[in-house]
Amino acid sequence: MPNKKDYTNGLPDPSQLKEEMLAKYPRKVAKKRAKAMVINDPAESQEIGANIRTVPGIITQRGCTYAGCKGVVLGPTRDIINLVHGPIGCSFYAWLTRRNQTKPTEGEPNFMTYAFSTDMQDENIVFGGEAKLKDAIREAFDIFKPKSIGIFSTCPVGLIGDDVHAVAREMKEELGINIFGFSCEGYRGVSQSAGHHIANNGIFKHVVGNDDRPRTGKFQVNLLGEYNIGGDAFEIERIFEEVGVTLISTYSGNSTVESFAYSHTADLNMVMCHRSINYIAEMMEEKYGIPWFKVNFIGAESTAKSLRKMADYFGDKELSAKVEEVIAREMLKVKAVADAVKPKVEGKLAMMFVGGSRAHHYQDLFTELGVRVVSAGYEFAHRDDYEGREVIPNIKIDADTRNIEDLVVEKDEEKYRNDLAEKKAKLQAEGYEFEDYKGMMPDMQKNSLVIDDVNHWETEKLIEFYKPDVFCAGIKEKYVVQKYGVPLKQLHSYDYGGPYAAFEGAINFYKEMERMLGTDIWKLVDTPWKHEPEIVGSVTVDA
Amino acid sequence: MLLRHTTSEVKERKALTVNPAKTCQPVGAMYAALGVHGCLPHSHGSQGCCSYHRSALTRHYKEPVMAATSSFTEGSSVFGGQANLLQAIDNIFTIYDPDIIAVHSTCLSETIGDDLGQIVKKALDDGKIPEGKFVVQASTPSYVGSHVTGYANMLEAFVKYFSYNTNEKIRQVNMLSGWVEPSDMRELKRIAGLMKIKTVLLPDTSDVVDTPMDGTYKMYPKGGTTREEIVSMGNSMKTVAMGEWATQKAAIMLDNKCKVPFSMTDVPIGLRATDRFIQALSTAGKVSIPECISEERGKLVDVITDMHQYLYGKRVALWGDPDTILPLIEFLVDMDMKPVYVVSGTPGKKFSKLAMDILEEKVPEAKVRNGASADMFLMHQWIKEEPVDLLIGNTYGKYIARDEGIPFVRSGFPIIDRIGHSYFPTVGYMGGIRLLESILGAIMDKIDATAPEESFELVM
Repeated sequence: MPNKKDYTNGLPDPSQLKEEMLAKYPRKVAKKRAKAMVINDPAESQEIGANIRTVPGIITQRGCTYAGCKGVVLGPTRDIINLVHGPIGCSFYAWLTRRNQTKPTEGEPNFMTYAFSTDMQDENIVFGGEAKLKDAIREAFDIFKPKSIGIFSTCPVGLIGDDVHAVAREMKEELGINIFGFSCEGYRGVSQSAGHHIANNGIFKHVVGNDDRPRTGKFQVNLLGEYNIGGDAFEIERIFEEVGVTLISTYSGNSTVESFAYSHTADLNMVMCHRSINYIAEMMEEKYGIPWFKVNFIGAESTAKSLRKMADYFGDKELSAKVEEVIAREMLKVKAVADAVKPKVEGKLAMMFVGGSRAHHYQDLFTELGVRVVSAGYEFAHRDDYEGREVIPNIKIDADTRNIEDLVVEKDEEKYRNDLAEKKAKLQAEGYEFEDYKGMMPDMQKNSLVIDDVNHWETEKLIEFYKPDVFCAGIKEKYVVQKYGVPLKQLHSYDYGGPYAAFEGAINFYKEMERMLGTDIWKLVDTPWKHEPEIVGSVTVDA
Repeated sequence: MLLRHTTSEVKERKALTVNPAKTCQPVGAMYAALGVHGCLPHSHGSQGCCSYHRSALTRHYKEPVMAATSSFTEGSSVFGGQANLLQAIDNIFTIYDPDIIAVHSTCLSETIGDDLGQIVKKALDDGKIPEGKFVVQASTPSYVGSHVTGYANMLEAFVKYFSYNTNEKIRQVNMLSGWVEPSDMRELKRIAGLMKIKTVLLPDTSDVVDTPMDGTYKMYPKGGTTREEIVSMGNSMKTVAMGEWATQKAAIMLDNKCKVPFSMTDVPIGLRATDRFIQALSTAGKVSIPECISEERGKLVDVITDMHQYLYGKRVALWGDPDTILPLIEFLVDMDMKPVYVVSGTPGKKFSKLAMDILEEKVPEAKVRNGASADMFLMHQWIKEEPVDLLIGNTYGKYIARDEGIPFVRSGFPIIDRIGHSYFPTVGYMGGIRLLESILGAIMDKIDATAPEESFELVM
């Protein structure tokens, strides 16, 4: 690899790189991709093309609607049987592959280690699969006695006209447990994102509000969009518990359907992954008056900021004091590690192309280490995740988005929390921000290159241009990037490490970067004889 | 307990599959296509299929696995995927420049009735396939068969499309490989080399999904059966097909299309399957079996006889693909082990019969199931009823292994939590020794971990 560029005086203008990337494409593709690449200027409001169909034939990172619905949102919930209605593959691939940790108590149900499928065969495709689905539900109930069953539609289901919702209603009636369906066929949206929305709608419609459990804590909150990869949620739970905040439910790391059912009894919703879960936050506010704001527990500073914001919301002196005490104590530990690691990694270059929020959140951890983020983008986010929520009214609703139901939610007069609505209004008047997400782009440096739905060709060019020290993406990209001699950190699965959330998580991440950025193993890649004069073979013993 | 809801009470199921012992066709088609040089697999369906298959293969090999997708939307699902595939072909040749695109279908494109052959023909007619470049297609509906079926269909497509009999017989033998690892494919070639037979191996994923780290990324690594080699298969003397489920279709196609007769044999796992493979290869190539092969065989038998006491009577549960499980249970029975539970999600009436033929004399109590609802949940229930001493199967077995405290040898697809399968073969006699090493290691580790201190053995 050639020598690194010197970026101490700011990032270079990547215009030429952008041109080179686009030059390879057929004209129409180039036009489309050009909109998905923005040379960032945080001082300007720039528009990026996002949540747009991937061009067929392009090697994309993206997955499907089913993956977003079953895999991401409902996957981490342990007390529900997630029954996949379709041929076997979809259930097989979503079986334990996302590393959502969960901690059931003894005797408590946990179905996450199981994969359930109707394993549709050709006769089900020809004659319809509803009868088999019903039988599968009965068998699942009979063997496992779950309290709820979710039905997830895969591609052929919608096409052959199986009505999973009607089956769910009928079976719910017959078996007396909560059963609901998701029309999350893979083709429905342009990415996993559509599946998140469908999952949000389904849980909100069929679960939230089913249990008006009495209060169990002074400060009751939900954490939305935290999926407990590698134990992230456990670390956040630890802190909440210590400061005296009752975590009613998490959507959906280490979660139960049981907890979703009473999640409307919270006083506050805090949103981690804006992309995948903002829908529930909004619907809960409309129906129950629960305010929400964006938090980020990735990065020690961000964690501290988020905890303070939570404490300010409740306006309780004791809580604020406890929060400050915990932050002070934890930051001491964090700082000790940061001080040790930072000198070793400062000035290195990172890029990240992942998810719908991680590519933004993880920039905080890198910033804390003085690592420069030169390029970033999401896999399935929308414009608001890049540019901030203020652009939402201006986002053009295309046919793909129109396919996804936008639930009409009405105020629940009985359960609506007027006290919270008033509290929100009062705080807002004081400058406290709710429903706030400013997006990734304002936080990135001038001339950083922001690319939505990056693909294989662009990845190659990015590596060639920036020679990053670490590339963050997922499993499909991991070994491609590493063949170039550039270490790749998976930010979906954390490479089977973590947690990286909150304070302990920050420490783990710093240490991980110390390992990845400090190691000499990459120097072993070249053979010792690569740069030596050629050893000439000889046929005689002496010569 | 990780699988806390599994009990010994078996209830017959007709609709529900729990913890499958199979996956769907397209991933097999993708793997097979990776074994052709300069080939980019293409998934004609939703993005998720391609993403899932690439992820599964990547986790298994810890190597780049490239494939493209038709990225279906609701519109293409209603109006057909022709436009998507035509555009994909154009984009792929322009941007990624493979020699061959191997298109496979999915449940989505099959359900809406896309005709891949017709679309590819249109691409050709429209000039979207550059001179010297090729698009091969296979129909791989996910709701028929299993991942093995998809592998078989893609292999058949390659020989159907490329192999050609030009009436000049060449002294060459075709080897059609069942679904095995790159290490195994390399070993098959080594064995053929020892026998001094010129062979073409299809597919050949060695040097594709086991590439060296040299600081460069090559989208099309040096390995893979070349197109020229596949063409020449039509002129070979004979085909040795290893594994009926995965290779019979391609073998029949070569016979019908190019009049190259085939001999159907097992994937050479274990002693006697390897014996048959060597004999088949020697007959096909018209060569005698060299001494060095007999020596390798002798080494395997030597290890078996040396370590027989640790193997004798051990009850084993296995799950996986018919082509690899059948020779494996034969191997276990030959060593006086007892494969008491055998499960494969891959359908095919023949499987149970073939398995029972192997088992009925020495392990009459064996339970064998394949096809619908033959899943790992059922196998685990059998284990709960009466335990086993050893598990052999893919990584998903680790949940059973931990809950039940049973030694576990990883075998099959996917293996996503250990390395080694890419580099150390389990086919052939030397592969048999590696299998034995793994089996004995697992059994003996448990003996070491649980033996009372007074009878803890140094020498075993």
